Amino acid sequence: MFALIVVNVINVNARYLMLQQVNEVVSDFTWMIGGPQGSGVETAANIFSQVFSKMGYQIFGKREYYSNIKGEHSYFAVRVSDKQIRSSIKGTNMLIAFDAETIFRHANDVLENGIIIYDSTLENIKVSDVITFDNDFKERMEGFLKSNNKENTIKGILELASERGASIHSVSFRSLLFELSEKIENPRIKTMIRMFNVLGVSLSLGLLMIPTEKLTESINSIFSKKKAIADMNVSAANFAYNYAAAKFGSTDFKFNINEIKENTLLVQGYYGTSIGKIIAGCRFQSYYPITPATDESNFLETNEILEINEDRPGSTLVIQTEDEISAIGMAIGSSLTGVRSATCTSGPGFVLMIECLSWAGINEVPVVITFYQRSGPSTGLPTRHGQDDLLCAINSGVGEFPRIVYASGNVSDSFYDTANVFNYADVFQVPVIHMMDKFIASSVTTCQRFDETKVNIDRGKLLDEPPSNAYKRFEHTADGLSPRSKIGLENGIFWNTGDESDVEGHISEDPVNRVEMMDKRQSRLDYILEKIPESEQIVKHSDGEFCVVSWGSTQGPILDAIDMLKNEGINIGFVEIKLLHPFPKELLKKSFSNSKTIIDVEANYTGQLGSIIKQNLEKDPDYYILKYTGRPMTCTELYDTLKKIVNNNAEKREVLTYGA
Amino acid sequence: MALKVGDYKTDVHNDWCPGCGDFGIVNSIQMALAEMEIPRHETAIFSGIGCSGKTSHFINVFGVHTLHGRVLPFAQGAKISNPNLKIIAVGGDGDGLGIGAGHFVAAGRRNVDMTYIIFDNAVYGLTKGQASPTLKLGEKTKSLPTPNTNYNVNPIGLAIASGFTFAARAYSYDIRHLKDIIIAAINHKGLAFVDVLQPCPTYNDINTRDWFNGVDRVDETTNKPMPRIYKLEDTDYDPVVHYSDETELNQKKTQAIVKSLEWDTKIPTGIFYKNELITPYTRRLIDKIPNYIENPSALQNISKNNAPVTKINHILDSYKV
Repeated sequence: MFALIVVNVINVNARYLMLQQVNEVVSDFTWMIGGPQGSGVETAANIFSQVFSKMGYQIFGKREYYSNIKGEHSYFAVRVSDKQIRSSIKGTNMLIAFDAETIFRHANDVLENGIIIYDSTLENIKVSDVITFDNDFKERMEGFLKSNNKENTIKGILELASERGASIHSVSFRSLLFELSEKIENPRIKTMIRMFNVLGVSLSLGLLMIPTEKLTESINSIFSKKKAIADMNVSAANFAYNYAAAKFGSTDFKFNINEIKENTLLVQGYYGTSIGKIIAGCRFQSYYPITPATDESNFLETNEILEINEDRPGSTLVIQTEDEISAIGMAIGSSLTGVRSATCTSGPGFVLMIECLSWAGINEVPVVITFYQRSGPSTGLPTRHGQDDLLCAINSGVGEFPRIVYASGNVSDSFYDTANVFNYADVFQVPVIHMMDKFIASSVTTCQRFDETKVNIDRGKLLDEPPSNAYKRFEHTADGLSPRSKIGLENGIFWNTGDESDVEGHISEDPVNRVEMMDKRQSRLDYILEKIPESEQIVKHSDGEFCVVSWGSTQGPILDAIDMLKNEGINIGFVEIKLLHPFPKELLKKSFSNSKTIIDVEANYTGQLGSIIKQNLEKDPDYYILKYTGRPMTCTELYDTLKKIVNNNAEKREVLTYGA
Repeated sequence: MALKVGDYKTDVHNDWCPGCGDFGIVNSIQMALAEMEIPRHETAIFSGIGCSGKTSHFINVFGVHTLHGRVLPFAQGAKISNPNLKIIAVGGDGDGLGIGAGHFVAAGRRNVDMTYIIFDNAVYGLTKGQASPTLKLGEKTKSLPTPNTNYNVNPIGLAIASGFTFAARAYSYDIRHLKDIIIAAINHKGLAFVDVLQPCPTYNDINTRDWFNGVDRVDETTNKPMPRIYKLEDTDYDPVVHYSDETELNQKKTQAIVKSLEWDTKIPTGIFYKNELITPYTRRLIDKIPNYIENPSALQNISKNNAPVTKINHILDSYKV
């Protein structure tokens, strides 16, 4: 059955269709553009997102791409709504395609009454002409067209879409460029196929009758640093816009101009941890390039000079190292000088850090590892989403030592959480692994402006002044936490070693000292559960007899699916676990007190959080909803599956498969 | 009051084998720190794993005993965060040139202003005498079951090829000379490498103290041993790159590499190469961050009364809808 994933015609659920009634203002609309990597798909989506955000709509966009520089298929789906949205849906209302692959891959995604705008010159291209298709997809697509008695071409697949009720608009993108170049007397434009992206988005906005000044405004803001390019793109955009408005006729989709909610930001997924690090005072980040983690380090380096209240400028040192071992080694070295330090990586990089992580553990060094997961095993799906490194983050290490594993559910949360994880690291003197993932990293969303007044900084027992007594780094204290000196502090000399050590930090293999030191460090785990506010450990979004439990980026699709069910009178609980290690067992029990059926939702194969729950609560979750295609969950998939569970139609293990 | 050598010693029991060459290196570091009057809290010794890894516990300054092969990343992280510190990294030849070779090369490219001392005895001591990267091909020390099947790495040559701007060699039983080399290394503006020939009396029965002293090579006329070690400063060898010119640079680099290959009957010690015309990493950072030296990461205030002091308004404004 998995072989049919991509070519299954979407069954749109009834509730979603209700939103799309003819001639009413559209409340929820998804737009998709695809093309080869390097063709500006992202820029087109960026223009579309900006236009709609300027019209007061909420945005949720997600980007999918291959591990490739140029040529492989990438696409961007942008969902806009006048209500709060936090995820994508199954399918799209509109598809823009200037290459054949996009049409073959996504024509079946187009919902009933949807729209396809495509390049008319592609009509006779066969499946086998598209060299970038994997053989598996090729076979599935050819079989699909054959079984529907359609010819093996773009024409064939578009006929099917048309039969399902999609309206299809064709235009030669090359002719558009040609006519434009004649009109503005600029022969260079004639062959500028890299402007197909701007033509595509502008055609769609023209057809949708979106006010043209929003388009101009967005293009100017995106190309604000390159006036000549902005001007050229604006001419192309207006030309395509007018063409579509004149030639394509009208659509049933109508949009309002709403008031922009105050303090709305349009952000990329990695801005939360990036800006969070800046405000939290992280002044050192070492990293080795890896998708999807690198964007954060790049952001920090781009903003390396910092403005400081009533003080001279500060700075973040961003160091690209020779490997991930060096990245965490340097971050630890930096932390020993009193700096808030971090590294940012993904699974294959994280596993290289384990030995150093263990060293930080035994030496009680605060360091933050921002862990943008992708899909494994090994390099797995390097540019795709997954949540399959939870148990690795919790368990990997040499021996037993305390650490914190903490997860954020969306961009905005990740800003505040980043500030918190630096406090945890400092206060509890442990390494903290902050779980993020590719889904969040490559999403583009509107959100409330991050509020720095909600951020506080607690450096725990870090010494600022030279200690007066003979200083001992690992001195035993009532709460198990010793005052922490830093390299450079007078009278604060200490020793560290990866071996077991005495209170001064010198190697000790004494069995009595060993027990005292293990007890001192491990007592931290209970202390962490006691001290971190409950609201930061677990968020109970809603209560219900059926209760979803999850962690990380599934938050958005779950909340959206629960809202959809609520409109039908079905109340589902949702418990989001943020503190994953040490595990808040008692608090979780309390959170489940009104729930009879527990549904574990995760983007992995084994249900890793589920196994932790089973271990702690001595009860297996009743259902698992899992997805490991490498593509993020959609709210509509979750809606369907939760409904199956409520109706007692579901298997214990439900696997989601939507998405190209 | 000026600090004495004794002030740089800890009372930690030293468990190295009697006669180990490592003692000379620890003593030389302590003597160098005392002679330079470096305040104890402004210095940190970072060490790797193995016998040499314990060095940091014997010296009464900040001591960070890291992981096998990882001493340079830890040490660079500290130095870059607080350029006011004097940082000395130490480790064995297996640590730095085997498992840590990638970091060694990358450190050379950065040229962070600090010192790296390798305790070079051609064997893995603490794991009982396996061949290290500096043991020659075909040699069989007493703990090896069969002769060494790997070619040896040339530490000085690798350092120069990687971008270290100071490369020296010393001998651990010539403490005064070693101390002077360490002082020169610490004073060098850039990444300084010191390869210390250090007999392992327990496992290396080839490159022994007697072998270095030439006991096997008696001068027929004087009837005295002819030591293998000699000092470059006793010759007309000039290691310094004097001006920024490709010919000068290439000449000094190749001269150093050729010199470092001398072995067997004549083993040069001293400074092979010194180039302060290549910018240290700290200087490169100033190009990006003008006030980096006065206000490095370790000295920045990040909060006032627990509230953050960093402004993010201008960043957030740029994403405002």
